[in-house]
Amino acid sequence: MKDFSMSPSPRLDSLEDFPRGSSFPSFYITEKNAGWRVFRPVLDTQKCVGCGRCYLLCPDGAIHQESEKIFVIDYDFCKGCGICAQECKLGAISMRKEGEE
Amino acid sequence: MNSYAFLNGNEAAAWGVRLCRPQVVAAYPITPQTKAVEKIAQFVQDGDLLCEYLHVESEHSAMSCSIGASSVGARTFTATSSQGLLYMAECLPYASGARLPIVMMNANRAIATPWNIYGDQMDMPYVLNSGWIQLFAENAQEALDLIIQSFRLGEDEKILAPVMVNLDGFVLTHTYEKVHIPSQEEVDAFLPAPKPRKHMMNDESPMSMCISAGNQHNLEFKIRQHRDLLPAEELFEGIDKEYEKAFGRGYGGALEGYRTEDAEHLLLATGSVCGTLRHMVDLLREERHSVGLVKMRMLRPFPVKRLGALCSGAKTLGVLDKNLSFGYEGTVFTNVNSALHQEGIPLRSYNFIGGLGGRDITRQDVRSMVRVLEESDKTTEKIHYLNVRCAL
Amino acid sequence: MTKLNARTLSKEEHFYGHKACGGCGESLALRLALKVLGKEAYLSLPAGCMAAVSFIYPNMAFRNNAMITPFAATASVATGIEAGLKALGKKNPLSVGFAGDGGTADIGIQALSGALDRNRKFIYICTDNEAYMNTGIQRSGLTPFGAATTTTPAGRAIRGNLGRKKNLFEIVAAHGIPYAATASIGYPEDFLAKVQKAKETEGPSYIQVYCPCPTGWGYPPEITVDLAKEAVDTGLWFLGEFEEGIFWLNRKPRAFASLREHLARQGRFRHLQEEDLAALERERDHIWESKFNLWPLAK
Repeated sequence: MKDFSMSPSPRLDSLEDFPRGSSFPSFYITEKNAGWRVFRPVLDTQKCVGCGRCYLLCPDGAIHQESEKIFVIDYDFCKGCGICAQECKLGAISMRKEGEE
Repeated sequence: MNSYAFLNGNEAAAWGVRLCRPQVVAAYPITPQTKAVEKIAQFVQDGDLLCEYLHVESEHSAMSCSIGASSVGARTFTATSSQGLLYMAECLPYASGARLPIVMMNANRAIATPWNIYGDQMDMPYVLNSGWIQLFAENAQEALDLIIQSFRLGEDEKILAPVMVNLDGFVLTHTYEKVHIPSQEEVDAFLPAPKPRKHMMNDESPMSMCISAGNQHNLEFKIRQHRDLLPAEELFEGIDKEYEKAFGRGYGGALEGYRTEDAEHLLLATGSVCGTLRHMVDLLREERHSVGLVKMRMLRPFPVKRLGALCSGAKTLGVLDKNLSFGYEGTVFTNVNSALHQEGIPLRSYNFIGGLGGRDITRQDVRSMVRVLEESDKTTEKIHYLNVRCAL
Repeated sequence: MTKLNARTLSKEEHFYGHKACGGCGESLALRLALKVLGKEAYLSLPAGCMAAVSFIYPNMAFRNNAMITPFAATASVATGIEAGLKALGKKNPLSVGFAGDGGTADIGIQALSGALDRNRKFIYICTDNEAYMNTGIQRSGLTPFGAATTTTPAGRAIRGNLGRKKNLFEIVAAHGIPYAATASIGYPEDFLAKVQKAKETEGPSYIQVYCPCPTGWGYPPEITVDLAKEAVDTGLWFLGEFEEGIFWLNRKPRAFASLREHLARQGRFRHLQEEDLAALERERDHIWESKFNLWPLAK
């Protein structure tokens, strides 16, 4: 997702700091999912035709379209599932082992 | 309005509901609550009550629909009894944990098996731990008044908790009395329209509700819920006093002590049987018995200190339970003993189990209770059964 | 009516930062549906993976108003929300329940039936991954014949699930609601169009969307969407609609893709023997000959 902003972990010093009832504001994320990855998707912009299929099919919404043919992967929230690489009809996305180049 | 009518407990409760202008009512029929939901349906279909009346397909859905409606801020009411109460039991802590001020009328009724549709209080002990405020009505007038007070209490910004109003099945739900029905204007002045609440779902700042909390946070959530419930006792007393000013009827808050000041022997009970006990206290006093009545109107939160204060001068206390926790004792007895122990009240307490399956509690039964209390230095038996029809 | 696809769909994300498994089919279904439904939708989710991964205090993955419901109660909470919003004077409240196959076909079926019967507007989307996944891959009423689950393991005496997939789509349609549909995340544009139709339906609507589960079905996560498409292409699942009281088919494969190859890709079917596979093919052929081939193709 474009420009996703993380939220701070709430300070819980006293009972009153805990939410009333079991309610909490929606869309409040304090943790990234990056640590889940074993493989990371790498997008080859030369091969990309800008169809948007990777963006459409990412279960985590971690790919967004920056411009006509520039798609950006949010590596903070990509889990490395590989659907984008599998579904890209141009083979523009490849999965690389985390830590390798 | 502002008139008198000849109503049974169910109808009185229905009138209380109507006057509170609920926005959503979820209804599933179960004896002996049926006349309440039927009366409300009549109000709706006559156009006298404008609300969304949901015909649900089970009690579990009655509470679930109520949870949905209340979670967006709508004033919500439902009603049930015994088996239905147990069927929706898993939903009750959702409502209390989510701080939803739903009001529910429970027609106290026996629990199967054996199957029995008549009134006793075997149902309510199952849900005492649910986080709901638990109130008990003695008569139809009090039923109507309690419904109005319950919305006021539950919706108070400090409390925001669901409230269960217990009416004894048949004995109260189906018995007719002269009931004063306040005017809509008077009730509107006493019970303002519900306000949007920050913790509820809304368009401006969307909320996630009934979230999960792991072992790192769960205890604190629960302590907060528990602590937030405790002020309901004092607030209930304040509301009762305000109600008395506005409508001319006061009931004493969480409990009422009737001729307890100088009583050696006290009888304690919840619900309609207090009417019988009240009458018998007067009769027995004329016969020189030193007796008084503690009428418990609120079982949750439990009025520990107030109970201790009322009982502090007595020698004995007989707790009348229209329920029995198999393998132990009556539940009100358990609750009361714990409170007395906490308050260091050194009286002898006894449990009287009666009224199960709709068996009448007679004046003779009350006399036998008092006899046990008066001769209690001779008895070690803690649990007594009223009007048993065979050798035990 | 603009066709909904990657280009025309809302760019906003309403479901982000959740803790679903990598490659989770259900989470893709939710993400896509919410792009159509918008942030004004009020969501009800019962016990299940989607609820379990999206509300872990203090991490809340939905942008929408959203609530976890008692397991059996998705549909009743959803209708309660709609009634409450309506009573409060909100114009066109959009209440949506998302539940899994267990929460819909089994424990949730009573509440669903009652909610459909009440004929109030709400959308119910069943994300079908063919077992109780959140509790550890146990069999549900929508688990297909032969599938290995933790309560129908491929054992020495009985190899896999002996039950058959409940025909929930037709059960729902039998309530006579204005719109019901089956979908698959393998055909995302079709699913999106159906969510849009549900959004515009006056009255209750239901969509059952096929969502493969890598953890529960035993396959590498990258082929989730591929499997979801292939299931339709083999005829094991179908894309259909119930509208104006008539059953329609959206897609009639001229020739089915290989059922055996499709099942062989999933760990939950690897134990199947020749006679099981032959039986499944026969059943598939029979259902298409006797039923689906007789449904008119949707316009």
